[in-house]
Amino acid sequence: MSLLAVCQWLADTRGSIALRESIYMYPLIESVHVLTLCLFVGMSVLLDLRLLGWMLPQVRASEMADRLVPWMKAGFALMIVTGALLFYGIPVRYYQNIFFRVKMIALVLAGLNAFLFEIGARRRAADWDARPVPPAAARAAGAASLALWAVIIVSGRMIAYNWFDCDKQPQSAFINWATGCDVESLESQVSSLK
Amino acid sequence: MTLSFFQWCEGTAISAALKASPWAFAVIESVHLLGLAVIGGAVLVVDMRLLGLGLKNQRMADVSRSAFPWLVGSLAVMLATGTLLFLSEPLKCYDSRPFWVKMISLALAILFTFTIRLKVTTADEVPVRPIWFKLVALVSLALWFGVGAGGRWIGFSG
Repeated sequence: MSLLAVCQWLADTRGSIALRESIYMYPLIESVHVLTLCLFVGMSVLLDLRLLGWMLPQVRASEMADRLVPWMKAGFALMIVTGALLFYGIPVRYYQNIFFRVKMIALVLAGLNAFLFEIGARRRAADWDARPVPPAAARAAGAASLALWAVIIVSGRMIAYNWFDCDKQPQSAFINWATGCDVESLESQVSSLK
Repeated sequence: MTLSFFQWCEGTAISAALKASPWAFAVIESVHLLGLAVIGGAVLVVDMRLLGLGLKNQRMADVSRSAFPWLVGSLAVMLATGTLLFLSEPLKCYDSRPFWVKMISLALAILFTFTIRLKVTTADEVPVRPIWFKLVALVSLALWFGVGAGGRWIGFSG
């Protein structure tokens, strides 16, 4: 079963229909998703700024992490739950939305960046923990994290725009490829409706 | 009087330019959201410290002073992009209840943040009891929440 077929199946489930058709649930979930940004990305930005040596340089980087990461984890959990619900309400459109795809790729890269930091610079943290400006590897991880979360926020916001959506043809061949939009099956669907 | 100001805004050249552009609102809104992440962190870290959470092992004044430039910087970005977002639809804002909730919360939040909260969080010796720290944090959180929630809800109404 293709991912698109999974999304089509999801869209027909009762929960998905209820979410899609609700007047208040969808905007409420979206509001929680956006405002949790302050907690999760907000704390993450502070930590990244510490890694760059731009914030609280007199505080050990590990102390910052120990104190802030539990809040980031709580915020991230809320982000994932509300984000999954937003996807669940309109799965096919999200799946074929170019900005959603960019966001998911950037999310994976952000996870990879965090993982590389954990197995790399963090392992040697005892050597640089107290330094006001951490070594290049740690600074690079902080900068990459800031850049990737910026991409995630911007592309997340752009999901709302249907500029490149599958049901808005004609699109360039590149867009249809990147969004996984099968124009031929779309046309046959339209003609079968006529 | 108020309405005529909003009508005047609606008729400005910049408002017309914003409305004519298919992507201006999206781009400005995105920058507004990037500012939200930074201001969120800068506000929360200090309010959490007031509540005895987060960076509780650091001195209050250190946390507050280090967060301050990021608070001011992100607030400047928020106000600049927010003004442009407003100018793209002034009359819609005039009729929007969430817009007014946001503006009143914003005025109070700025006033509170740069007076009482700044004084309490940056003083080396604070002559008040800890219970007042918590109250300051809760007022700050409530006011900024009003700004954020009101802001999100402008987009849902109308």
